[in-house]
Order: sequence, then structure tokens, then C-alpha cells
Amino acid sequence: MKFLVCISKTPETTAKIAFTENNTEFDTSGVQFIMNPYDEWYALVRAVELKESLGGEVVAINVGPASNDIIIRKALAIGADRAIRINAEPESALGVAKLIADHAKDEQYDIVFTGKETIDFNGSEVAGMVAEYLDLPFISYASKLEMEGQTATINRDIEGGVEGIKVDTPFVISAAKGLAEQRIPNMRGIMMAKRKPLEVIEPGDIPAPVSVVKYELPEKKEGVKLVDPENMDELVRLLHEESKVI
Amino acid sequence: MGQNDTISEDVKFSTKTDQYEGHDYYNLDDLLSEDHLLARDAVRAWVKQEVSPIIEHYSNKAECPTQLFKGLAEIGAYGPSIPTQYGGGGMDEIAYGVIMQELERGDSGVRSMASVQGSLVMYPIYRFGSEEQRMKYLPKLGSGELIGCFGLTEPDHGSNPSGMVTNIKDDGDAYILNGAKMWITNSPVADIAVVWAKDEEGVVRGLIVEKDMEGFTAPEIHGKWSLRASITGELVFEDVRVPKSNVLPNVTGLKGPLSCLSKARFGIAWGAIGAALDCYDSALRYSLEREQFGKPIGGFQLTQKKLAEMITEITKAQLLAWRLGTLANEGKATPAQISMAKRNNVHMALEIAREARQIHGGMGITNEYPVMRHMMNLETVLTYEGTHDIHLLITGMDVTGLNAFK
Ligand SMILES: Cc1cc2nc3c(=O)[nH]c(=O)nc-3n(C[C@H](O)[C@H](O)[C@H](O)COP(=O)(O)OP(=O)(O)OC[C@H]3O[C@@H](n4cnc5c(N)ncnc54)[C@H](O)[C@@H]3O)c2cc1C
Repeated sequence: MKFLVCISKTPETTAKIAFTENNTEFDTSGVQFIMNPYDEWYALVRAVELKESLGGEVVAINVGPASNDIIIRKALAIGADRAIRINAEPESALGVAKLIADHAKDEQYDIVFTGKETIDFNGSEVAGMVAEYLDLPFISYASKLEMEGQTATINRDIEGGVEGIKVDTPFVISAAKGLAEQRIPNMRGIMMAKRKPLEVIEPGDIPAPVSVVKYELPEKKEGVKLVDPENMDELVRLLHEESKVI
Repeated sequence: MGQNDTISEDVKFSTKTDQYEGHDYYNLDDLLSEDHLLARDAVRAWVKQEVSPIIEHYSNKAECPTQLFKGLAEIGAYGPSIPTQYGGGGMDEIAYGVIMQELERGDSGVRSMASVQGSLVMYPIYRFGSEEQRMKYLPKLGSGELIGCFGLTEPDHGSNPSGMVTNIKDDGDAYILNGAKMWITNSPVADIAVVWAKDEEGVVRGLIVEKDMEGFTAPEIHGKWSLRASITGELVFEDVRVPKSNVLPNVTGLKGPLSCLSKARFGIAWGAIGAALDCYDSALRYSLEREQFGKPIGGFQLTQKKLAEMITEITKAQLLAWRLGTLANEGKATPAQISMAKRNNVHMALEIAREARQIHGGMGITNEYPVMRHMMNLETVLTYEGTHDIHLLITGMDVTGLNAFK
């Protein structure tokens, strides 16, 4: 089977978020970047596991500049067989999806994996758009995936429960927690990754439907006030006078 | 599956998540290659997953987390710079350095488990062994199937190994080995020991002694207040018949063990930075959270002096290690240069552990924070692989040409 795993680069979870250029650009100075955890821990690892049991090939794809090569190498160290980087700034979900679909349309992938969202913009958009461009079924938020022949049995997380689904390849799937367990690359994997091919392709037309008007940080959360359970009057007063909810 | 999955739940008793973040004040990451960064991040992730949740428990009980031997092998921590066909990682010396740094960020004892296996057991067999010995032992050592130890120090000969009395006598196709070694990391759990002994001419030779050879025992040394998660023991040889095929053919004299020590000391020069970084990281975070007199203690000048000096010393040590690594990659690092880095960086780490301990106040003496454990560990690191003073004498001899050892 042939698997495509879409990987993206996101700021590390503890990064301090600030903006520049009159709040229209994210300030990357001093920020550490990592592979988006949903892509790495769940989508990529499940694809590698399936390849290990069923045979085939795992291809990792990223839309981004050369500075993304380190996360692509990490994907190769974890077990992808080769990688493709489409040399363009990932400016909108639609643009990224179009570029991935441009590559995938003639490649006969059985399954296209993404993470359920990136942990920076949390858009959850790319996977659905890739599926639409490729005219393939799309299963989101998958927490379990088993293959039998060409048929996949999938659990997907839904509000308040789990939905069981069967679907035939080819399809697009977005990975949620539970789909696999994080794999830490070992030194052998890191050395092998150096010899695996990383192909850079120049982008075709990129739709650019969105532009950033401005970023804003959410309001700082106020500290919690603890009220003695004996002191109900104080609680009522605070709810009435300070938070003005009663 | 993680290495700790087989141990009981109550052992994983650390309730705190390891919030460690690296500190790179001079953007030294720009000097590292992609492999170095990937290796470092992988080992950091492994330490957070496998070491941090259990280390306080094992250290407290003075027990070795032997389940980690396998995990260290899987991640590739044994002999990273030994070629892959001999069970190593085929990486360069800086990769070896950053791996040791991250392991020691977790615990000096865990780093010692890996240092001994890679630099003091695999390295001499790789460097001085016959092709047969290499093929027989190295892949199994690299995969953690065999655990090794290194016997140089004796009860009466520590800083002066040339005085060793452990000896071998020719007996046809074998040598008869007699003597005792002291302070040997991993010895009670080791399958093989690389042992240094004098032959009948008084020339130091290296031998591979196997655990079930008759007359060989390895009792554990108890009562350590330092490196408590690493097991230490003796090696006792009473007329042990060691086949001549177990002698390392390609080295004679003290340069054999000393070249292994150079390799291990190089790793310690990097490792100590890890312990220092963990102490600094914890102290910095604590200083911003802990309030006294109505403000975070990090806002007081005396705390800032401590923190500012810590990160300054760490940055200098990082530069020293990086330069040493670059020289080592070019095959140009001298033993005296390695001594300087080992001495400077371990002392730096110990001083930082002590200052960080103060910043944590009373909490600093508990196992809620890693600092006191690092501090106690570093007392060993300051002493083994050449004491702090012995390394000073090496530098002194190097710059004056005069020997002050004797
Ligand atoms: C936990 C632990 C693990 C160890 N693991 C190993 C191992 O795996 N394999 C191994 O072979 N060894 C190992 N060692 C031994 C270690 O290398 C020795 O402890 C070290 O070399 C010092 O020797 P010593 O303890 O006999 O001290 P000594 O040599 O007796 O030194 C005592 C003091 O005298 C000073 N001193 C000695 N000579 C001079 C001099 N000429 N001038 C000035 N000062 C001097 C020293 O600096 C030191 O301060 C380990 C030690 C420890 C504590």
C-alpha cells in the first residue's frame, strides 16, 4: 500500500506568542518549531505501522521553505521512506491543500493522512480540502484504523462518543489522539534518514483567498479567587458586583 | 512499548511532569547539524518519557533501573560514534556529546550506564580487539543483550593506576588472573568486564573477562550518597583462567585504558552541561513562581546574580564542549584538552547545582526538584575518570612540561 502523510511545522507548545508588522505577522524570533504532534505521533506513526505490517511505502509531504527540512528529516527518521517538500510558504489552508492535491492526484495513494489539526491555527481545514480536490472520501478525527484488504475500519471521535465507519481505499483521514503511540526516533533512524530521498518541487498555481488583517492575543485570564465556603455572602457579593452575572 | 511498562505503577511515583526546556543563550544550535539537533531532541524526549518519571524513586532507594539498559540500546546511546557494523551509531563526536548531555540532564547515573557500555567497553574492544572479538561482543553490547563494565581502579590504586597489582601469569593457552578492582560501575550486573592487569613483565594488558568464569565475583558496593541510581561494585579475581583469545591484542601499556578514559571524559564534559542545565532550568522556573516579600524571588538582585552567573558559566561550557567536539571530529583533540573540558565543566555543574539548591530554599533539599540529586551525583563525576585535581595537574604538566604528580 502507498501512504501519503502530510506533515506541518508548528511552534513548540510553550512558545511565547507575539506579533510584528502592526500585528499582521507572527513573531518567530526565539520560537522553537516542531513537527505538528497530531501529524507526528498519530498520522505518521500509524502509516509507518501499516507499512510495516502490510508492506508498501510511506511518503511524507510538507509545503514550506527549506528551513522545514529538519522536521522532514525527523519524519524520515521515524520511518517514512522518502519525502517531498513543495517549496512555497504555507499561507492558507486552501493553498496548502491545492499543492498537496496537485502532487497526490497522479500518485495513486491508498490513504492520505493528516493530523486532525495543527496546534498553531487549529484550523482543521487542510484534510477536508485535500479530499475535495482529489474527490475522495474524508474521515476526520480518527482514533483507530485497521485495514483488511482494501477496506478500512475506522473509529472517529464525535461529540460525546465514537462513530464506527467502514470505507474502501483510497481515502483521506485526519488523525486524532489514540490512532497510534508516539515513536521517538533512534540514532539509527536518524542516520538512515540522511540517505533517504527528499525531493523538492516548485509549486504550481497557489490560490490565495485569505490575507491576514490582524492578529490579537486572547485577553489575559484573571487569577482565580477562592472564597471560604462559610462565607456565602462574599460569594454573592463578588458574583453581583465584580463579575456582574447575578 | 516503553521500558518502564513492566514495572509496577507505584514506582512511577513522580507526579510532576518534566517541564525541562533547553537553554541556548548564544544560539549555539546554529553550530549544530540537523543530525545533532534530531539526536538531542530524541534523547530529550526519551529521558522525559523513561527517566524523569522514575529516577527520583530509584535514586531514593539506591537501586539501578536496570530496565533502562535495553532502552538505552534502542535509542542508540551505546557507542554512538562507533561504526554501525560494530554495533555503534556511526555518528560523529558532537552527536555523541549531545546524547551524553541529554542523558545526564536526566541523571548522571543513567549517563554513566551508557558511558561505561559505549566508551569503556565497546570502544576498547573496537579499537584494540581482534576482528573475532569485535564480531563476538560488539553487536550484542550495542543492542544491550550484553552489559559490560571497565575495571581499572583498584582499592590501593585510584589516581595512580600505573601502580596496579592485578596481574596475569602465562598458563599455556590461557592466563591466570589474580587481583581486585574497586568502584566499578555496572559490575554486579555485567556480563563481561574489560579488565586491565599487568603481565609477568609488568606490562599492562587488557582482557575480556566473562561473568561465569570460575573464580570471578563482582560484589556490590553499598552506602553511596552519590550516583545512587547507578550500580557500583568490585571485581574480585581468584585464579581466574582467561583464554588467551580474550586478551585485547592491539594494545600494551597504560595508553590502552587511558585512551578509553579520554573517550569517556569527552562525554562527561558534555554530560555535565546537561546536569547544569537541568539545575538552572529548575531554578529559573522556581524563581519566577516563588514569591516572598510580595514579589517573585527572581526579582531580587541576589537571585538574579545567581541566575545570571549560571547561564554565563553554562554558555562558556557549551562553547568549550562544542570546540572540543569539533577538534575531536578532526581527530585533533588532545588528552590534555579533554582534561581541561572535563574539569571545567563538571566543576561548573557542581557550583551551579549548589547555587540552584539555594534558590529552591527548603524545597531544594527534597526530591520534588532534581537539584540535590544532581548535586550529589556530581560529587562522583568530579572524582571519577580522573579527579578534579588530577586534571589540573595534567593541564599543569601540559603547560610547564614539568610533572607534579610524583
Ligand atoms: C561511583 C563511582 C564509579 C566509578 N566507576 C569506575 C569504573 O567503572 N571503573 C573504574 O576503573 N573506576 C571507577 N571509579 C573509580 C574512580 O575513577 C576513582 O575513584 C578515581 O580515579 C579516584 O581514585 P581514588 O578514589 O582511589 O582516590 P585517590 O586516588 O586515593 O585520591 C584521593 C585524593 O587525593 C588526590 N590525589 C591523588 N594523587 C594526587 C597527586 N599526585 N597530587 C595531588 N592530589 C592527588 C585526589 O585528587 C583525591 O582528591 C568510580 C568511582 C566512583 C566513585
